[in-house]
Amino acid sequence: MSARAIRVQDLRVRLDGNLIVDGIALDVSRGEWVTVIGPNGAGKSTALRAIGGLLPCTGTVELDGIPVDRLHRRERARTIATVSQSPTVPPGMRVLDYALLGRTPYIPPLGRESAADIAAVEEVLESLDVARFAGRRLETLSGGERQRVFLARALAQGARILLLDEPTSALDIGHQQEVLELIDRLRAERALTVLMTMHDLTTAGEYADRMVLLAEGTVVAAGTAREVLTEENLARHYRVRVRVVEGEHGPLVVPVRR
Amino acid sequence: MTTTLRENRGGVRPAGLRGGWLAGGVAAVLIALVAGLAFGSVALPPGGVAIELLNLIPGVQLHSGLTAREVAILTELRLPRVVLGLLVGGLLALAGAAYQGVFRNPLADPHLLGVAAGAGLGVTAVISLRAGASGDATANLPIGVPVAAFAGALLAVALTWLLGAAGGRDRSPATLILAGVAVSSFLAAGQTYLMQRHVETLREVYSWLLGRLATAGWHDVLIVLPYAVVTAVIVLAQRRELDVLTVGDEEATGLGLHPQRSRYLLIVAASLGTAAAVSVSGLIGFVGIIVPHTMRLLAGPSYRSILPLSVLFGGAFLALADLLARTAGGQAEIPIGVITAFFGAPFFIVVLRRSRGTS
Repeated sequence: MSARAIRVQDLRVRLDGNLIVDGIALDVSRGEWVTVIGPNGAGKSTALRAIGGLLPCTGTVELDGIPVDRLHRRERARTIATVSQSPTVPPGMRVLDYALLGRTPYIPPLGRESAADIAAVEEVLESLDVARFAGRRLETLSGGERQRVFLARALAQGARILLLDEPTSALDIGHQQEVLELIDRLRAERALTVLMTMHDLTTAGEYADRMVLLAEGTVVAAGTAREVLTEENLARHYRVRVRVVEGEHGPLVVPVRR
Repeated sequence: MTTTLRENRGGVRPAGLRGGWLAGGVAAVLIALVAGLAFGSVALPPGGVAIELLNLIPGVQLHSGLTAREVAILTELRLPRVVLGLLVGGLLALAGAAYQGVFRNPLADPHLLGVAAGAGLGVTAVISLRAGASGDATANLPIGVPVAAFAGALLAVALTWLLGAAGGRDRSPATLILAGVAVSSFLAAGQTYLMQRHVETLREVYSWLLGRLATAGWHDVLIVLPYAVVTAVIVLAQRRELDVLTVGDEEATGLGLHPQRSRYLLIVAASLGTAAAVSVSGLIGFVGIIVPHTMRLLAGPSYRSILPLSVLFGGAFLALADLLARTAGGQAEIPIGVITAFFGAPFFIVVLRRSRGTS
């Protein structure tokens, strides 16, 4: 067994004939939190979906040392869980039933949820403080509550690796912080590996162990927040004028008018 | 431990088929069965009818008080027709529910992919050819109306399927629906042309188009039964998959499913069942939309309850509609398609308003 939870080499993804991801290499150690940043269209979401096995791609993706194409779909779903940028909210579905969908890779064909599945989901709902919404319809929850239910569905999969595509983009700064703190706590409690994308650079830098900067489908910088979030890097790849100031938990990125 | 968690989520139970609803569905089927057998040109006592039904179970011998002639009316004339109504109604409602899930479209009905137009063209062609060949609409041709309807329906779905590949090999739901519209218009044009050329057959073609439960005894029941069983087994086996598909293909893939495979399987099964139903009953509209939506509104959005309840209540609904069709109009039967549409159209508007209100 390798100590790497995710190993990606020479990942390439084509969408409608356009090369969106062009040879990405990326390693994430067990229990590590890596955040992918980059301007719009850099290929962040596409790369994340390919790593999660949701898009056809070329190159190598290994999860816990096993090539992802050698895993059965259900096995893969028990190893890696993805929360997309804006998950579909099925009309009328209740929170409990939505979270139970996360148990799909454990339920045999033609079978139904076992008591163990229900207990697992209850535990996750408790831990995310959404158990009191169990009977509510998902569409009646606020953005922050909904994001926690999406996370609950992913955690119910029992996967050790969590892929999160901009989990905070729909939230105000208070709820952003709340969700990120929650992810950090869950990572510690459940020994999870987290790979996520994010737009807010300062916040991303404060929480991630390491950062990867993508531009035009390739990795242009990788390392700690201090190494990646430099005025020069951001000026070149985001075409933005920023001041980077040293903060309490890492660099603070402040945009400055040209 | 478990009890405290259960209390915390307020005793909420996971979605699924509730015993009460299942019992209600079975009761509806039994009521439709007895009512359909008891009422008609000759009224029979419902109690005697129920006893005669029990007598059909091997080993049961009870005295019903019905005369031998009444028993013959019951088992040779009415029972096949009521059973056919139950089968066709259950199939159409099940196929409609499956299509609504597969296409994630609340307005999808069993005729969505061209089944109606294909069957219509097949039937019109056979009736016209028959009239053209001998001038006698009752002359025997090797191909009967049910076979023509069945072949036309399956041909239309196959065409839709091939055309759907134009938008990429993975056939998105939207592309398939558009392909179905194109194929339906094309085949309907062919049908209109044939009807114009053979005006003398209009009456017969229309009587088929409006739908009716043929009274050909047990023969039609035996035609539909194997398809009904295959369709029901395949579709009901995918009931949980349909629930997972509501979150979208990509997330369903992430949860370990094969959404494309489930979709193909469901489309094939539902189309086969619809084609079989159409071949013996003509075009009966709205059952495939009314019944699944009623179940959705009453028993919740999970396909684990919508699918089985659609079979039961769909069958009961059509058997009762048929009872109305053959008793309400006096001597002349009202086409059953008129009855279902008469109740279906207003309901359809309510569903439209509701789905607009929630989205």
